[in-house]
Amino acid sequence: MTSSDLHLTDYMSKDVQMVPIRKGFGEGLLKAGGLDENVVAASADLAESTQVHLFKEAYPDRFFEIGIAEQNLVTVGAGLAAMGKIPFVSSYASFNPGRCWEQIRTTICLNNQPVKLVGSHAGLYTGADGATHQMLEDLALMRVLPNMVVLAPGDSVEAEKATLAIALDKRPCYIRMAREATPVFTTEKTPFVIGKAYVLETGRDLTIVSTGTMTFPALSAAQKLFKDGIDVEVVHVPTIKPFDALTIIQSASKTGAVITIEEGQIIGGLGSAVAEVLAENKPTPMRRMGMKDHFGESGKPTELLEHFGLTDKHIMMTAHELLTSIGKQ
Amino acid sequence: MKHYSNEELEQLATTIRKDIISMLEHAGSGHSAGPMGLADIFTALYFSILKHDPKNPDWDERDILVLSNGHCVPVRYAAMAEAGYFNKSELETLRQFGTRLQGHPERTRLPGLETTSGPLGSGLSQAVGMALALRLNKQLHRWVYVVMGDGELDEGNVWEAAMLATKYELHNVIGIIDRNNIQIDGPTEFVLPLEDLRAKWEAFGWHVLEINGNDIDAIIDACAMARAIVEKPVMIIAHTIPGKGVDFMEYDFHWHGVPPNHEQAMKALKELRTLQGKIRSEND
Repeated sequence: MTSSDLHLTDYMSKDVQMVPIRKGFGEGLLKAGGLDENVVAASADLAESTQVHLFKEAYPDRFFEIGIAEQNLVTVGAGLAAMGKIPFVSSYASFNPGRCWEQIRTTICLNNQPVKLVGSHAGLYTGADGATHQMLEDLALMRVLPNMVVLAPGDSVEAEKATLAIALDKRPCYIRMAREATPVFTTEKTPFVIGKAYVLETGRDLTIVSTGTMTFPALSAAQKLFKDGIDVEVVHVPTIKPFDALTIIQSASKTGAVITIEEGQIIGGLGSAVAEVLAENKPTPMRRMGMKDHFGESGKPTELLEHFGLTDKHIMMTAHELLTSIGKQ
Repeated sequence: MKHYSNEELEQLATTIRKDIISMLEHAGSGHSAGPMGLADIFTALYFSILKHDPKNPDWDERDILVLSNGHCVPVRYAAMAEAGYFNKSELETLRQFGTRLQGHPERTRLPGLETTSGPLGSGLSQAVGMALALRLNKQLHRWVYVVMGDGELDEGNVWEAAMLATKYELHNVIGIIDRNNIQIDGPTEFVLPLEDLRAKWEAFGWHVLEINGNDIDAIIDACAMARAIVEKPVMIIAHTIPGKGVDFMEYDFHWHGVPPNHEQAMKALKELRTLQGKIRSEND
């Protein structure tokens, strides 16, 4: 059952809008730039790919092209922040935060400067470029850092809100985005607050906890499982850190079975965050879906998601297996 | 700001060296050679070059001093204490549990530090970011000084920043390289040769000044010259003697990462006291 106060789109319709998450970020950054002249942006030779070009065209004096130098990208960001700027520093997630983790740790997190790290082209949706460019470890790398806020918006509309929210936030932040167009399931009216998880569907039998691009297949699986007589709760987690433990514990307490799904490694990401919280507060039978300690490869995103088991069909199979194993069906 | 005579500056530098010896002996760990070699540069910075206010560390008109080679922070703590940022007695807490004077500097713990450093090679790029921000704020009368070690020039991040500073013609950045020729594993030219260092920086588009980094007048003059050069960022290669001021520490790379024990500290302090007497009598 969909929560009507969340104002979701008719996301199961054939006419669901398809928009890249990074596009919502680009538009959000442009708006943030208009609201606060301290917002600045920098890119490591990927301004258009990461959608920072909209900001660059509107505010050329506040945009810095750093070149292919991600260690410099984030540390220049730390310097800009030290002088009162709100820097958005963008590249592909494989390179930022992939290339420059220690600089992020020391000059941004320990130094506690409000640099906004933007990692585009994350996950299998990067497709044909192959394993080198399919960043699957970023959530784990960023989640482990003290002071860091970690966001993985579910669609472009939410990405725009998340971008405006981190522009106002005084903490270091990382925002993860996919390259390809993905279904838009939220609207302007859908709430977004940093640190909050949202119950998009309420249910009694099983909780699916999802983040980023995997929330849409989670919603789709929930609809289909309902027809099989399984009442699924879908908890969308756009903020991986700080983690909304309460919402997860409440849902797990109600359903007694949890599946997590993310477009990244199951080690250290959303699945780990849920497992940590439940192990300490409400031990619950669970399954973690995601990349199981291996890299991706070239292919169309649909082929890769199918191959690595990250579709609504795979969620349904996992749901049946989990519920059978605990004697609930 | 008070104007200090040459003699006063030399005495201050020697006092800072004594502070460093005492701090490190008390801490029982830390780096000796670098901070001792940098004492003249930090004296020149805190007592002549920098526009700053120890009673108002966040003053929004202050010059910025980034210490990139964070392991040399004892010299900065000693200079800050002498300048009045905090009581000198706090120097004894270096590296102790609960101290504001962490083994490597942390901005969030001690007012007056501009960043957190230790892992090498990130100071110049932060200085570049600061200089870009000051330019956006139209605060071109504020300067960003960044002190770097020579060993840390092994890091690629430094050269990424060097290129960006030239691209944006950041003449409000003034780099100072502590060219003491040593790093942990030995002489810099054995570990990873840096020479021709001057030619490298010039090839990257910087204006290079080369000075005796243990000559306070030369440091003050070079920074004045650097502020007058508006076409390019300026890198001052300051040749220093590692361990400067203590006979048995000078030039010896083994003193890079170790503190003096009690006996060595007493010997060093005696030598530095003698030096102070000599400076006094020479100026009488």
